[in-house]
Amino acid sequence: MKLITAIIREAQLDQVREALIAAEIKRITVSRVSGHGQQRIEEMYRGQIIIPDLIPKIKIEIAVNEAFVDITVNTIIRSAKTNGPDGTVGDGKIFITPLEECIRIRTGERGGTAI
Amino acid sequence: MKSVRKRYLFLLVLLLSSSTGLFAAEGTPIDSGATAWMLTSTALVLLMIPGLAMFYGGLVRTKNVLGTIMHSFVAMGIISVLWVAVGYSMSFGQNILGGWFGWNKDYFFLKGIDTNIMDAGIPEYVFSMFQGKFAIITPALIAGAFAERVSFKAYCFFIAIWSLLVYNPLCHWVWASDGFLFSLGAKGAIDFAGGTVVHISAGISGLVAVLYLGARRGYPYQVIRPNNMVITMLGAGLLWVGWFGFNAGSSISSGLSTSQALVATQVAAATGALTWIIIESQHQGKATALGFASGILAGLVAVTPAAGVVQPYGAMALGIIASSICYMAIMAKNRLGYDDSLDAFGIHGVGGIVGALLLTFFIRPSWMSEASAAIGHKWSIWNQFGIQALAVGIAIVYAAGMTLLIIYVIDKVFKFKSSETDEMAGLDRSYHGERGYGMLNPN
Repeated sequence: MKLITAIIREAQLDQVREALIAAEIKRITVSRVSGHGQQRIEEMYRGQIIIPDLIPKIKIEIAVNEAFVDITVNTIIRSAKTNGPDGTVGDGKIFITPLEECIRIRTGERGGTAI
Repeated sequence: MKSVRKRYLFLLVLLLSSSTGLFAAEGTPIDSGATAWMLTSTALVLLMIPGLAMFYGGLVRTKNVLGTIMHSFVAMGIISVLWVAVGYSMSFGQNILGGWFGWNKDYFFLKGIDTNIMDAGIPEYVFSMFQGKFAIITPALIAGAFAERVSFKAYCFFIAIWSLLVYNPLCHWVWASDGFLFSLGAKGAIDFAGGTVVHISAGISGLVAVLYLGARRGYPYQVIRPNNMVITMLGAGLLWVGWFGFNAGSSISSGLSTSQALVATQVAAATGALTWIIIESQHQGKATALGFASGILAGLVAVTPAAGVVQPYGAMALGIIASSICYMAIMAKNRLGYDDSLDAFGIHGVGGIVGALLLTFFIRPSWMSEASAAIGHKWSIWNQFGIQALAVGIAIVYAAGMTLLIIYVIDKVFKFKSSETDEMAGLDRSYHGERGYGMLNPN
């Protein structure tokens, strides 16, 4: 089992979500996060260009069985990219971490079937 | 000798022409009580527009909150300017083009009413601004129908043209002294504060717009949840308060008829709200805050045309009936599947029609006897019902036809509906480059 954590643009949330649903990946957790990476955005505030310290992003967490890792990752890459196949700085990152255990609270079942 | 006479004549003409702007000032003194109340009402009706912005703004998703609020606010800018330039003249000038709308060159940019005092004893400036607020809120109401999915630029052009071609003619027909609905039947079609002019026209136009533009992405299967019910409730509260200016101010006086309208307004709003939560708690198990707010609006909309002619029991009945029928209309919408996002048609269109038609059965007897006296023979409830139905029918057909035409043209020129990417990213980001809630993210 793996935990896939994707940091994406706020504006791409609907694209990614719809693409994931289309790929039959429907169990996801979404949260608002802020951070900084390579991207430097310039925003207009009262006619002045400002560079915010922390850029708002969306974090998506998906726990998957091994067989679904590639399709999940590819779907996110495809749908989170902006500006065609080249993408843009700031499109985000995907982290994959090993997932030790997964437990369904309702039944107490563990492992791959609980995902 | 002849030239002297000519000079006197010239002077006389000069004297007369310079005093035309003052014609009423000499005869009518200012009624400071009425003027004070009309100034207050003008401010109260304006308060309804931020109220509407909050009501609608809270009901959309987080990514569209500012865009939706801007739909109301930008109307305050666009329509105010248009109203002063030509709107007041088109609405309250004398019939031109066969009575399609009015025109009076003194009203063009309001330049000829600087010192006018109306027969009611209020400066004409006050009346024109009071009416201007109605012109602002009407197109802003339509925005609830196609919330979350239209381009800001196209919307701006839409409300400007809609105001000129739909609102101003309707306003002229119903409220100008030479408008053809104003003089229909014994005492005219009853539309005290804008049931046909404001609510039916906005509701029907919203419905037409929705049918033309189509639904939001994912509707109705993806749940589209309000971002902030708290501001929605505050907005509904401001609308209720502002409605006293809307209805009681429409008496254009400060006296008996003002108080009659005020009581009717309060009673209808309260019964409407209670009816809604009773029905809802029986039907769906819980009394929701949004239900209460919807009931307030249904009651207020229904009593808008009626406030001048019904007694409190009549207002109560209208509140109950309108709330029940609007509730059913929204259930029907869910079945039929068109996406009237914030129920502009379901509440304003349906509630307005219910109010304008059914008020007939609750008219106070003194009004009916005045109507009979005016026409010389007995004027029955059914006579008046026919007039009401005719006025409602005309408003529906005209608003629907014109709106379809305007939307078709705007869509061809500007692309009215947002592109898929703009809609997914949200109106706030796509059209305004801002976010509504900075505090949701650490920054």
